[in-house]
Amino acid sequence: MNIKENIKTLVIKKPLKLDCGKTINNFPLAYETYGSLNKNKDNAILVFHALTGDQFVTGINPVTKKDGWWSYAVGPNKSIDTNKYFVICANVIGGCMGSFGPSHKNPDTNKIYGTDFPVITINDMVNAQVNLLDHFEIKKLFSVVGGSMGGMQVLQFISNYPDKASTVVPIACTSSHSAQNIAFNELGRQAIASDHNWSEGKYLSNNTLPDKGLSVARMAAHITYLSKKGLQEKFGRKLQERDALKFGFDADFQIESYLRYQGSVFVDRFDANSYLYITRAMDYFDLVKQFDGNLSNAFKKTKAKFFVISFTSDWLYPTQENKDIVIALNAIGADVGFVEIKSDKGHDSFLLDVPDFLKTLKNFLDKSYSERL
Amino acid sequence: MKTEYKIIVDLIEEKTRVLDVGCDDGTLMESLKKNKNVDARGIEISKDKVQTCVSKGLTVIEGNAELDLKQFPNDSFDYVVLGQTLQAFVNPEIVIKELLRVGKKAIITIPNFGNWKVRLNLLVKGTMPITESLPNDWYNTPNIHMCTIKDFVKFSKIINFKIFKSLALTNKNISNINSSNLFYKNLFAELGIFLIEK
Repeated sequence: MNIKENIKTLVIKKPLKLDCGKTINNFPLAYETYGSLNKNKDNAILVFHALTGDQFVTGINPVTKKDGWWSYAVGPNKSIDTNKYFVICANVIGGCMGSFGPSHKNPDTNKIYGTDFPVITINDMVNAQVNLLDHFEIKKLFSVVGGSMGGMQVLQFISNYPDKASTVVPIACTSSHSAQNIAFNELGRQAIASDHNWSEGKYLSNNTLPDKGLSVARMAAHITYLSKKGLQEKFGRKLQERDALKFGFDADFQIESYLRYQGSVFVDRFDANSYLYITRAMDYFDLVKQFDGNLSNAFKKTKAKFFVISFTSDWLYPTQENKDIVIALNAIGADVGFVEIKSDKGHDSFLLDVPDFLKTLKNFLDKSYSERL
Repeated sequence: MKTEYKIIVDLIEEKTRVLDVGCDDGTLMESLKKNKNVDARGIEISKDKVQTCVSKGLTVIEGNAELDLKQFPNDSFDYVVLGQTLQAFVNPEIVIKELLRVGKKAIITIPNFGNWKVRLNLLVKGTMPITESLPNDWYNTPNIHMCTIKDFVKFSKIINFKIFKSLALTNKNISNINSSNLFYKNLFAELGIFLIEK
């Protein structure tokens, strides 16, 4: 498997001071682009991925050989139209698709970092990715777009770099991780840590993998991405390839089998330590606190046009949390639109074929692009 | 475009900030942007209509005026427009006060329940009036607080706001309402349009 060949990497020489106090430099940032940058360099959209996403937004992911995570929304003539826009997406630092992360070797010790990797934050992630703008000589992005943790990066990005994007689209996200969000992430981390093979994070040096733990983490998280109604409609109490209950602990129900499958395919593509680091970054995200309790101040310096989108059945980042962002923006007279899309598909709605969402996102971007100065 | 919208556009000064509460499909906002170079924002309760507005490039938030006006600071708009929806609110008094807190001025239009057709309808048929501008049955109408032009003028004294300009729309004709013609306007106008201030 020669994955590296398919991964574009920018080595960032400029030192980056992390929130934890450590400074990193000469670190790799893996990215992918779609479409082409126009002459004026004003058609670029930086897409931020969610917890388990990567830079391969659309088309076939060269590593997993599956469709990119946002294939419904990004591509020729799609919501984020790659005939029109130049789409850039980077693997977050702390991730496991080529960017600087815990599975990399520490050059000082020549050992794999594991849990010696510095704890990173959403702020660190966007501060690493802003280097891509210099790389492509883009002064101002047309848009920054992302859902879930991608939406958190969108908010942090425009707060850090108020002049670097004309439009801002946070989707199904929050400005501050709630206790419930942290609780679910902690459940996932504990599932990994309690797998004997995790070996305090040193599994790569020991040639073992905490597959069981990571898979349970994914199963638990997956439930939070769906809605009760969606699950009930899709699975109900349907049995898995059997006519009657077996009075055992096999997967009797289709939902059990489905979750086990989701867990098992996840471990093939994701690194357990990255899961710890990225969920930690999400938990530490609190833009409200960064601005002393007043979220409006995070956006005071930007003239960008915002469009916030939430979903009716998303209970992980519910509409009210998205609306808090809208309220903070209205409080300072910012240009902000908002819509809650009706969908039974839960938090995952933004990744799926939800026509109202896809159409609305396209309309917002295309209209804003044609009206740009 | 509806005559009502044309009148509202005429009332609004150029290059001002306008919030259209219950902006529907954004027709008025579009016209304000085009004709008066206005910085227009909208609130709309229907998801479909918000999506229509977005497709027109308008800045609209999905929301309910009774709950969502709170988020705007005092005097954040030059004008707040409320077209034919005052009668649908649980508490019209609070809504008017909110409009005048958020906006320096407000433009409110009301379907006139005092119109002779409405009166005749009730008098002759003995059932709740159904007319062109009030097409619903009593049991499925969103209008829970219908009022007449006269009621609205009275209301301005009760809850203490100033009516700066009052216009009557009768058969697409526009005319001023004043204390001497109030009786007739209240009988013949289909719609009252009021520019109000604190």
